Amino acid sequence: MSGTEIPLLGILFLPFLFAPFAPLLCRFFGKRAAPFLALVPLLVFLFFLPFFFPISEGKAIQASLAWAPLYGVDLSFYIDGLSLFFVTLIALIGSFIFLYADGYLRQHPHRGRFFSFMSLFMGAMLGLVTADNLITLFVFWELTSLSSFLLIGFDHERAAARRGALQALLVTGMGGLALLAAFLFLAQASGSFALSVILKEKDLLTHLPFADGLFILILLAAFTKSAQFPFHFWLPNAMEAPTPVSAYLHSATMVKGGVYLLLRLFPLFGTLPLWAVLLPLFGSATFLVGTLLALRQTDLKLTLAHTTVASLGLLVFLIGIGTPAALAASVFYLLAHALFKAPLFMVVGCLDHAVGNRDLRHLGGIGRLLPVLWGAALLAGLSMAGVPPLFGFVAKEMVYAASEGIGVVWGARGEIGALTLLVFGNALMVAAAGLVALTPFWGAVPSELLKSQGSPSEKALFLHKPGFCLSLGPVVLALLGVVSAGSLPFLTFWVLLPVLRTLLSGGSEAVALALPSLHALPTHLSTPLFLSGLTLLLGGIFYWKHTLLRSLIGALLTTIGWGPDRGFDQFLRVLLRASSAVTSRVQAGVMSVYMTVTCLFILLCLFIPPFLFQKFPALPSWPHYKLHEWALFGIAAIGLLTVVSAKTRLTAIVSLGIQGFAVALIFMEFGAPDLSFTQFMVETLSVFVLALVMTRLNLGARDARPGPRRLWDAALAIAIGSGFSFLLLSVIQFPLDMRLSEFFTQYSATLAHGRNIVNVILVDFRALDTLGEITVVLTAGIAALALLRIKKMHQEHQGQEENWTTVKETTTRDCTPSAAESGYLLEQKREGGAACKP
Amino acid sequence: MQTLIFRALAPYLTALIMVFAVFVFLRGHNQPGGGFIGGLIAASSLAIYGLAYDVRSIRRALVVSPIALAAFGLLLALLSGIPSFFFHLPFLTGIWESVWILGIEIALSTPILFDLGVFLVVMGAVGAVGLCLEENELS
Repeated sequence: MSGTEIPLLGILFLPFLFAPFAPLLCRFFGKRAAPFLALVPLLVFLFFLPFFFPISEGKAIQASLAWAPLYGVDLSFYIDGLSLFFVTLIALIGSFIFLYADGYLRQHPHRGRFFSFMSLFMGAMLGLVTADNLITLFVFWELTSLSSFLLIGFDHERAAARRGALQALLVTGMGGLALLAAFLFLAQASGSFALSVILKEKDLLTHLPFADGLFILILLAAFTKSAQFPFHFWLPNAMEAPTPVSAYLHSATMVKGGVYLLLRLFPLFGTLPLWAVLLPLFGSATFLVGTLLALRQTDLKLTLAHTTVASLGLLVFLIGIGTPAALAASVFYLLAHALFKAPLFMVVGCLDHAVGNRDLRHLGGIGRLLPVLWGAALLAGLSMAGVPPLFGFVAKEMVYAASEGIGVVWGARGEIGALTLLVFGNALMVAAAGLVALTPFWGAVPSELLKSQGSPSEKALFLHKPGFCLSLGPVVLALLGVVSAGSLPFLTFWVLLPVLRTLLSGGSEAVALALPSLHALPTHLSTPLFLSGLTLLLGGIFYWKHTLLRSLIGALLTTIGWGPDRGFDQFLRVLLRASSAVTSRVQAGVMSVYMTVTCLFILLCLFIPPFLFQKFPALPSWPHYKLHEWALFGIAAIGLLTVVSAKTRLTAIVSLGIQGFAVALIFMEFGAPDLSFTQFMVETLSVFVLALVMTRLNLGARDARPGPRRLWDAALAIAIGSGFSFLLLSVIQFPLDMRLSEFFTQYSATLAHGRNIVNVILVDFRALDTLGEITVVLTAGIAALALLRIKKMHQEHQGQEENWTTVKETTTRDCTPSAAESGYLLEQKREGGAACKP
Repeated sequence: MQTLIFRALAPYLTALIMVFAVFVFLRGHNQPGGGFIGGLIAASSLAIYGLAYDVRSIRRALVVSPIALAAFGLLLALLSGIPSFFFHLPFLTGIWESVWILGIEIALSTPILFDLGVFLVVMGAVGAVGLCLEENELS
């Protein structure tokens, strides 16, 4: 390990180490816990700052901890420009979110638990963007899904929160499975689990016959995580989470996980023809759907959620174009988005917190009362709308400039289509920005709001006035949007170039040449500038007419009627119904059905392989046994015949015992005393247990099955029996490998000091197997006890209920289903209670 | 089943079978027998006593619940694998030690602890199920 390795691993695991202590910290420091809580992300941020120096020189930093080296799986981390970009974003925004969350949840009884989850998430996210090993990456990927599940369902007493959490988990979890499959294929093809190695093999995919399938698996993972159409529905439902979670996970960081994955794998998959088709296609669809749905909403948080979906679509679209200019635009747009969306979410959370309402129809005129917050909202909103000189404007210019160049690939018509789509979508985004940053603060306070609060004047409007913790985050992040627009060369050198260098081959000079000139204020007339102006103009009109637009989109949606959100419910319902249909057929709760299903399955296993491989055992020659040995076989056969023909159940049980004892004697005769000994005991006990269980039943009536059913069961039994005979015949016709037997015979006395080889194997040579077996015995015992207890409770309950008439009691007692009952009683009970014989 | 003869005989029978179970368990290392079969025999002795009297009295005689006995057996089997670590041997490797008491060599080993664990698990689990069934029937 080198000098930086141990501190690096330490800082990456710090959030996980911190998570269990967050509740203690909250309890100990109470209201003053905020600075301590925010310390962790801040530490991470400060720790990674010096990394910019080596990375801007094109170096990469590695650290690794052995996990399962035998399988090539290690906790290895690889930090290059792309990773560092995401890490700083996560840590920086995390610091403010932690502070903000402390103010937001100050009254919440489970504040500590919340910070545990947040810390867990931050650790998972940091791991995700720095992981080098594929398996490590996958584990962190799933951890982000899990922590997101915990955070969305944080208010687990609300059904909507639970649904949102489960939906997010199922959708992203499905993507996670696809990712695992893709990674395993990738590792198989390249022979390595290390991303840093795999990404260097540029021509890896050209040799792969299933490269397209692999790519689609990756897309499935990225699209579910980054809420691309048609998986976008989980993100708005995830807004059931507390606002800090929405601001952090569901706009600034976690949903960018998919984008990170696409960027990370761009060097490998970027050359696939499918890349340039599927990504722009789904990205633009998501962009359009997101912006349209955003204007449909009246809940400010949902508006923001849908614009987030749209922004993610735009990012995927840009990455799909894949030119250096488009990639540069995606990096800056990602940064800009994080810097304006997180503060906007936080502002909406503050509003919700302050006046208990976030419906834009009921909000207005709050700006005069909360000027600081309004300032932050305006800055962030203007950046989102792409007004110069804010960072959002720079990013949008880059988006337009990048899309300008795609005519080369897509033809003039494609370029015009793409640009029209972008202008239209961005104009809708401008309107959404207006709705969030302007409408609640502008004009007069609506009378509904005053009425709903029951307050006579504007001054008494607030439930809670946002304090320092709540205001700091939005203000600083919104200001950062201005600052970054003012320091474009700085950002280009320290952030953009290192990221692009990891994405594109060729030196930094080639990368720098590919960049468009960046400016926060327009310097000369150009097509992107014209498009930006058009966007703002159109956006203004959309904002002005937003009520009309909302009803139009609403009407459109009612006409379509069906959406993926409802489709998800339908899918789940169908899945549940199908599985319960299968389960109720296979596991009907009736013993005879269980037996039939199990026997049929065993039959398939027994008979398919011989027919498949055309291998049947040769018939054995007639054995020569002594007379008393024949007698033993005879006793066993007689026992069996008696079981089948017995008139009462008790006779059948006892006859089964006869057969068992005969088999035990056969074991004894043929030199297996241990086996015989055990068989005797097992037979005794099973007769005992069966007799106890079976006395529950009506011992007189042995068999209630109708004739055809008996024939079918008999056929099944004979088939199983002959199948096993075949199997045993084939086994003994193989030459027996004596090596193990010889080893045990030779060493049993010398190594294990025992002459009973069977027992030595059990307790010494193969003791671990025995340990597993006795664990099973204990578990089975506990399970049987639990079943018996349930039955006892059930009986007591029934007894109390039906004590009022002795007649009824006696009949039900006869019919009470017992744990091991054959089930025919139950079946017949369903058919009309014919089984209750007096 | 609560006939006079059976009731009079049952305590002796139970004790005898229990002793036999321990005997079978101990001889298992060199002759047919061992923890598993011993445990089964012990469980059947419990069942006989339960049949003759009632389950409550046998529970009282056992002091601890049979399933707890089984759990303890599993713990014992697990713990018997630990000493091998001190000799830098794999988990569950048998360790042997001889003790001389009154001039007789007694071999002590971890496999016998393990086998005792097997004995207790089998006796406890089978006994617990048997007793519970008897309780359901006879009460």
